[in-house]
Amino acid sequence: MDLNLSAEERQFRDELRTWLDANVPKDWAEWREKPLEEAFPYLRAWQRKLDGGRWAAVSWPKEYGGRGATLMQQAIFWEEMARAQAPSMANALGLGLIGPTIIAYGTQEQKKRFIPKILSAEEIWCQGFSEPNAGSDLASLQTEARLEGDHYVVNGQKVWTSFGMFGHWCELVVRTDANVPKHKGLTVLLVDMKSPGVDVRPLRQMTGESEFSELFFRDVRVPVENVLGKVNDGWNVAVSTLMYERGSYGARLHLLFKRNIDRLIELSRTVQKNGRPAAGDALMRQKLAQCYAEVEIMRLNQLRAFSRIAAAGVPGPEGSILKIFWSELNQRLQQIAQELLGPYGQLLGEDRRAVDKGIWSYGYLRTRGNTIEAGTSEVQRNIIGHFVLGLPRSY
Amino acid sequence: MEFGLNESQLLLKDNARKFFAGECPMEEVRRLMETETAHDPALWSKMVEQGYTGIIFPEECGGIGLGKVELILLMEEAGRALLPGPFFSTVALAGSVLDAVASPEQKKQYLSAICSGEARSTVAILEAEASWNPADVHMSGASGKLTGEKLFVPDAMVADFLIVVARDGVFLVPAGAAGMEVQPMQAMDLTRKVCSVRFSSTPAERLGDTAGLARALDVAATALVAEMVGEMQRTLDVTVEYAKTRKQFGKPIGMFQAVQHQCADMYLETESSRSAAYYAAWALEENAPDAAVAVSIAKMYASDAARTVGNRGIQIQGGMGFTWENDLHLYYKRAKASETSFGDATFHRERIARLVIDSGAASVLGA
Repeated sequence: MDLNLSAEERQFRDELRTWLDANVPKDWAEWREKPLEEAFPYLRAWQRKLDGGRWAAVSWPKEYGGRGATLMQQAIFWEEMARAQAPSMANALGLGLIGPTIIAYGTQEQKKRFIPKILSAEEIWCQGFSEPNAGSDLASLQTEARLEGDHYVVNGQKVWTSFGMFGHWCELVVRTDANVPKHKGLTVLLVDMKSPGVDVRPLRQMTGESEFSELFFRDVRVPVENVLGKVNDGWNVAVSTLMYERGSYGARLHLLFKRNIDRLIELSRTVQKNGRPAAGDALMRQKLAQCYAEVEIMRLNQLRAFSRIAAAGVPGPEGSILKIFWSELNQRLQQIAQELLGPYGQLLGEDRRAVDKGIWSYGYLRTRGNTIEAGTSEVQRNIIGHFVLGLPRSY
Repeated sequence: MEFGLNESQLLLKDNARKFFAGECPMEEVRRLMETETAHDPALWSKMVEQGYTGIIFPEECGGIGLGKVELILLMEEAGRALLPGPFFSTVALAGSVLDAVASPEQKKQYLSAICSGEARSTVAILEAEASWNPADVHMSGASGKLTGEKLFVPDAMVADFLIVVARDGVFLVPAGAAGMEVQPMQAMDLTRKVCSVRFSSTPAERLGDTAGLARALDVAATALVAEMVGEMQRTLDVTVEYAKTRKQFGKPIGMFQAVQHQCADMYLETESSRSAAYYAAWALEENAPDAAVAVSIAKMYASDAARTVGNRGIQIQGGMGFTWENDLHLYYKRAKASETSFGDATFHRERIARLVIDSGAASVLGA
């Protein structure tokens, strides 16, 4: 056990820090709070710049434009990005989830065709997994693909598609065989979103914005060379994407949480409770300290999980405790913000009295979704119960 | 950066697990807890042979000079076995305090006696107010003599010498000193006896001032957290085993999500406590600037988690979990005693608040 940076890690960090110092745009603060539709071209340009420095996908193998970074180096990457106050990247799903899946399962042609444009943000990717009747029970999905000559013809509906409005391409899970057990008749298709018959409709969520979309497919023709992995092996392909989702996501979230709890502590020194600053109120001190400690434990759990899975190569089921931990912690953190701010906590960004441009009212509502998206807390607990503790399957 | 254990650390942990499983099975724990002291000289000698009593102490005192991480791996395994007796009090607590505050000559005498296995010891801190803040101690040793009462002193009945925290220094009193009276306190954890110690103009040897005390108590607290982690792990293991085999409605109860999800939460709470304990030990070893915060985070989290894990374990084992015959209540009682030792979660949240809210340094961690 040694938590000091190794010489190699220090070199990685220093090189990145130097690059970020020279390249992080100075005007990000003006863009940060704008709606995603407006800021999206800006984020694409920033990702292109990162790719130019070979920093867009550090975890990817070198031959695909990455740096073959270890998990620790990836953690360093996100820490440095946060420290430099760098914008996020436009093609988050392509870089984090879909690119790695194509690298693992794709043909040479597919890799050559798709990977460079994922890196440069020229083609934005979305994920067509959930359906109105297939959420936690993903394998029961019904969007069907019928083989007609050298094309699949796709019909069905997807929902909760992040980046659906911006997507050029979609990693789509479809049913190619309805006569076998549900996990065994699925296939992953790479679908051009400009194909005739694809309809994207924004889905308005409780925060008022539209982060997600519904996708409708009506006789959409997909050439057979766009099958990812083997026909009817789509469950394994899709699960590997979900593992990337649960494994890597938390590293960058920790820094957001850290910024938020630090900000709450700062606010507590001026916000009044019972006639004095909240920082002097015994109960608020307890709550802030508890939250501060849990944010640190989230970081430590991640570092430990990284060490443990570094040998295995891919994230395993222990990623599930990270997902439960961060999603539930984020809700607790936002509730503490609400208690601290009192009636001001509900003010939206448009209100001139809103604290921090309304990030706390937004955060309170947005984090409500954290224990649902990317695998509900209930599904995560099933995964721990069955795959980690060896209890019999409950479903 | 590597948060995993290296080969020699894994070996030490593995050996300790086998040692305690072989030398201190639950029948032995139950036998010892019914004795007055819960101390077994034969078991003690075997631990001395393993080098456990000198694990973190310098070689010139007869120790083997390993680090805090190695100490907590050993404590974790001791916790898994619910090791009774004065090992924690002697090594993690009294040894750490001696190492931190005593003169080289005193270490040669007293710390060597701990390493060699000749002596058992403990530290007396709390008085009637039961405050874990050393600043709240009233007892004075300025006259070279101690008067007053210390409470909740672990394993004082078998201590060959006691270390006493006074407001003006740290003192040492040998067993049987004039005017000293040790009485057992009747508390729920039978595996670790706590005592009251009354002093009446008892002559005491001054070890040093209280400046180094906080760090030594942080080492002890972290060792205790590691022990709690081992206890949680064992509670989780036996609960999962029970949930796999106990059948109701024709199915193993572990198939029901109401049970399975509680097991998942026990796993999350145990692993999170372990992450915090390991980091605190490493931070102490490296003298990291956030070491004190890291210790409080670990003690805070584990204090609540150990109780919660125990609650869930007993709930899942149902009526059987509530019986004297089942071992879970022994772990549950130890968890309660450990929860309040060296400050409970509320105490440590306030300490974290003082360190990160009042200091104005919100970014002590991860810097």
